[in-house]
Amino acid sequence: MSMPASRTRKDMVLMLVFTAAVLTMPIWLAPTGAAYPDLLQKFAIYGIFAIGFNILFGLTGYLSFGHAAFLGIGSYTAVWSFKLLTMNVIPAVIFGTVLSGLFAVLIGFISLRRSGIYFSILTLAFAQMSYNLAYSVLTPITNGETGLQLRLTDARAVDAMLGVEVTEGLPSTNLFGLEMSGYPGFYFCAVMLIIAFFISLRINRSPFGLKLLAIKSNQMRMGYTGYNTRPYLLIAFVISGMYAGLAGSLLAVTDPLAGAERMQWTASGEVVLMTILGGVGTLIGPILGAGLIKYFENIFSSYNEQVLHEIFAFLPDFMENIMVGVFQPFVGEGWHLTLGALFVIVVTFLPGGLMEGMRRLRTVFTRRRDKGKSADGKAST
Amino acid sequence: MSNIGLSVQDVHKNFAGLAALSNVNLQVEEGKTHAIIGPNGAGKSTLLNICVGRIPPDRGSVMFHGEVLTGKTPYEINQIGVARVFQTPEIFPELTLLENVMVPAFAKRDGTFKFNAFRNLSGETDIREDAERSLGDFGLLDQLHHPAASMSRGDKRRLELAMCLVQHPRLLLLDEPTAGMSRADTNRTIETLMQIKERGMTKVIIEHDMHVVFSLADYITVLAQGMVIAEGSPDEVRGNPKVQEAYLGGAHT
Repeated sequence: MSMPASRTRKDMVLMLVFTAAVLTMPIWLAPTGAAYPDLLQKFAIYGIFAIGFNILFGLTGYLSFGHAAFLGIGSYTAVWSFKLLTMNVIPAVIFGTVLSGLFAVLIGFISLRRSGIYFSILTLAFAQMSYNLAYSVLTPITNGETGLQLRLTDARAVDAMLGVEVTEGLPSTNLFGLEMSGYPGFYFCAVMLIIAFFISLRINRSPFGLKLLAIKSNQMRMGYTGYNTRPYLLIAFVISGMYAGLAGSLLAVTDPLAGAERMQWTASGEVVLMTILGGVGTLIGPILGAGLIKYFENIFSSYNEQVLHEIFAFLPDFMENIMVGVFQPFVGEGWHLTLGALFVIVVTFLPGGLMEGMRRLRTVFTRRRDKGKSADGKAST
Repeated sequence: MSNIGLSVQDVHKNFAGLAALSNVNLQVEEGKTHAIIGPNGAGKSTLLNICVGRIPPDRGSVMFHGEVLTGKTPYEINQIGVARVFQTPEIFPELTLLENVMVPAFAKRDGTFKFNAFRNLSGETDIREDAERSLGDFGLLDQLHHPAASMSRGDKRRLELAMCLVQHPRLLLLDEPTAGMSRADTNRTIETLMQIKERGMTKVIIEHDMHVVFSLADYITVLAQGMVIAEGSPDEVRGNPKVQEAYLGGAHT
């Protein structure tokens, strides 16, 4: 029975490596041009969003097309916590996560009465409903098109009680006095990402996780095996909604405003892309997918004609112009084209996402090494 | 019959006006292997589906050791101690063999729902040992960590039996366990079922293959057009002219 022990040790190593990699992101991402706090925060936040989405989609196979609703609810709740109670981020994060969880109970309870495409459409309908309500009827809560923002006149009851004084301009979000902008903000999100990853790892290795996988594999058999699958699915849905709520509240922590566009269906679709791009059902994949998409969105979109000319400046003039002409549609406003092309390539050739790509590379390398070894062996005998 | 395990009382079922089952009564003695045979469309599978709660009967009821099964869901009926083997093996193709059998073992121990998301699977040694024992009984120990999808049809059937028996059910329902199998696989499955027979649980088996039925059954009920036309020991049924006419006759002329 050495197998389980070694697996636990492997998980510990994975956890340590993951923690180290996340905390040192500002260092090892520097050569890619992505090592600035704003983007690093997004990597961590959307990583959490994708991990949570993967708990539902990766383990149970239920594809939600409405997870952005929970992202939005998390953001609005966090901003309200800043406005009404305190600029401290802890209550904002807790309220954002819990309230999203409550909404997930409601939406999940109804949507999970159906499976497959009907489930996806129900979740999409709920998300679009939330989006439209945020723009119309709920304007007093969401501040409609302008979005929910901080104001000098906000109550901030707890801060007022504790005698925290705002000296000049709008107050900033803080963790017991430590301002949550720049690197402190990133490290706060990074710690949340590490906790989120740890919980996801535990769920994956638990009997509960195994039962979720069994539901994905053959839900009918689960019924005849003595399981009531409904509560299992609902809990997975709620956990995954809470992850989205946490991500949404962290978006508000790093930039305290919330708009309805955060709930739009494109945002729901984005997390599906992230998960599939990275590898559905894998632990790390969704985080890689999230990072890649955010990287493209921020770096590729900032390239313009001038930057391209600089890149290809080493070529003769006419070649330079051709290359710029070829690449221009793929950068700047056209970064979606690059992303789309990448997505098509991955789904066609690597249905298991980037993680499958890495696995294939590894087997190629180990095989080559083994070949080398056996060749050496022959030579020596 | 002294000790009745499963009892089907006066069950009727219509599908779009067509009588699939009418006035079906059936008593299965505890610990015996009871075969239900009959030509295609006789209502055998419908009867089985009613027993496990997949479809409700229009009238009548199913009792198991004095407990009413009618109106209960499949998972409640499983928790009472009824396990089912399907015509095409219903397993978890993406999971490994060990995991396939651990899942039902958890259901037996933890009931219909338990939120054990923070326990580690590798700490569940009891469940693992149960699962390995059950896989061992069916000669599947050497493939513990293989995904179930890659197995042959016969191995999948044996895996499904291992999944059912790890729960130590009081009643095992088998829906044509050798359908679509080669002769060799059929014979191996008969052997496996003979082994199970010694464990003394009640079994109901639906089967087309007379070879399988006569090698296993203690008692046979013959269905035709939704009605019981004969029942008795294998010898009695074999000699019954009504059965010959309705079923055996057609196949053995």
